[in-house]
Amino acid sequence: MSEDPVIELRGASKRFRSGSGGVHTAVRDLTMTVARGEFVAVVGPTGCGKSTTLSLVSGLEPPSDGEALVAGRPVDGIPDGIGYMFQNDAVLPWRSVLDNVAAGPRYRGEAKAAAREKARDWVARVGLGGFESYYPHQLSGGMRKRVALAQTLVNEPSILLMDEPFSALDVQTRALMQDELLRLWSGSNAAVIFVTHDLEEAIALADRVLVMTAGPATVKASFDVPLARPRDVEEIRLTAEFLEIYREIWESLKEEVEETRARGAGRVA
Amino acid sequence: MRGEPDVSPEASAVLAAPAPVRAPVSVASAVRRRRMKIWSIRLALVVLWLGSWEVSATYWIDPFFYSKPSSVWQRLVDWFSSGTSQGSIWEQMSVTLQEAAAGFVLGALAGVVLGILLGRSHLLSDICAPFIKAANAVPRIVLAALFVLWFGLGMSSKIATAFVLVFFAVFFNAFQGAREVDRNLVNNARILGASRFQVLTTIVVPSATSWILASLHSAFGFALIGAVVGEFTGADRGLGLLIDRSRSTFDSAGIYAGMIVITVIALLAEWLITALEKRLLKWRPPAASAEAQI
Repeated sequence: MSEDPVIELRGASKRFRSGSGGVHTAVRDLTMTVARGEFVAVVGPTGCGKSTTLSLVSGLEPPSDGEALVAGRPVDGIPDGIGYMFQNDAVLPWRSVLDNVAAGPRYRGEAKAAAREKARDWVARVGLGGFESYYPHQLSGGMRKRVALAQTLVNEPSILLMDEPFSALDVQTRALMQDELLRLWSGSNAAVIFVTHDLEEAIALADRVLVMTAGPATVKASFDVPLARPRDVEEIRLTAEFLEIYREIWESLKEEVEETRARGAGRVA
Repeated sequence: MRGEPDVSPEASAVLAAPAPVRAPVSVASAVRRRRMKIWSIRLALVVLWLGSWEVSATYWIDPFFYSKPSSVWQRLVDWFSSGTSQGSIWEQMSVTLQEAAAGFVLGALAGVVLGILLGRSHLLSDICAPFIKAANAVPRIVLAALFVLWFGLGMSSKIATAFVLVFFAVFFNAFQGAREVDRNLVNNARILGASRFQVLTTIVVPSATSWILASLHSAFGFALIGAVVGEFTGADRGLGLLIDRSRSTFDSAGIYAGMIVITVIALLAEWLITALEKRLLKWRPPAASAEAQI
């Protein structure tokens, strides 16, 4: 798509010391690029190491081998312009919605009033106007996700990393949040890596879907999703094109899922 | 029905009155009634306890050793109206309270700072672990004697004793609280742009606050114990001294009276700390039990 990728992984591997003293390889020889403004979904069987990909890009974990580059520079610490939405809620329970969203600008040295002004704007944009003074425990799961989304987007990231952010939501809320995400992302020109195990979600959202192998994960195949934007995620899954793309990618993903299941069964037996 | 000739006017009036409809008992009045019941039972228990003590001390047991509620009350009245053997009761209370409060504040501050520091640094905590375990195993109350040698009979030796007792109570909770911080929250803050120091002040300290506040409840009690034991060991003023003098003159009523004064101070402090806790932790969801109790 573009000649200078924003995100680039070159033969990156990540190994962890496992509890029993052995070494667990989460990802191996991972090579991928994401261009500016591109929405890439990463799908793979459960527990294959998809999330590790994101921690390499975010700088939370350095790669054991290979390289991770953001904007052409090797990742050392957390690169500028990164936004990261975690799988579990990471909103601060002791702060109101407004102060949660204002956290990013405050950390980056903005004055309290200016940060709150920005936050108020984003709280409204994610549809939480009127809930500014609520504490997270007073909100539903979907509303907490909206807080997390606003908290991430208020920093206007040029790179957005999302780790199964909507997996804990019910089906209808999830579709709603997917639409919201597309609406907020469109026009931002941010590069997105969206990790999920839900292939439908991946196709509905992304420009490109990467299929990962069973763990240790590496990129197995890349599929373009030539569906027109703007998309309505609930409508688009019913179209013939969508189903065709789904069938094609599922062929590739199925083998990895089966492989993972077979290993799981082996472990149980 | 109405035409029954042998029904008296009064009886028919009763019959005509609407049957007592079971009004839906409002939640508020149910709560009030429950509270009334609890308080009246509490009161009955206290009356039973004091009454049986008074009666048995009058007829069976020796009030010289066990005293009795009426003499304890008399002693309290004496202390507050005409002063104690050591001077004004208010002065004794103020001295002990100052010692306990100073020891409490210093000990809690030191405990929080060191606890969080060691809780966040694995290297420091690994280095210090054996020393802290050993220091915690020492029967620290014995230090009161040493502190009197070092700092003399004045307030500072009692403050030091209270400090040592408070410090460890708070330290271990602050340490644990800093250890149990959700990694997710820390990572999220770092991504959002927080520096190490900002992570500490906006994530670690608030996370550890509920742990620290829990320890402060018992810590003030420890501070009072430290002050009073320090005064037992050697002092020129204070409630501990007052109790110690009562002991040396075989005045059991005086010992009880001193205990009561200290208890009241501890309860007031507990009430203050609970108010502080409610204020600081207002973001927490109400406890499930509080909602289910109606």
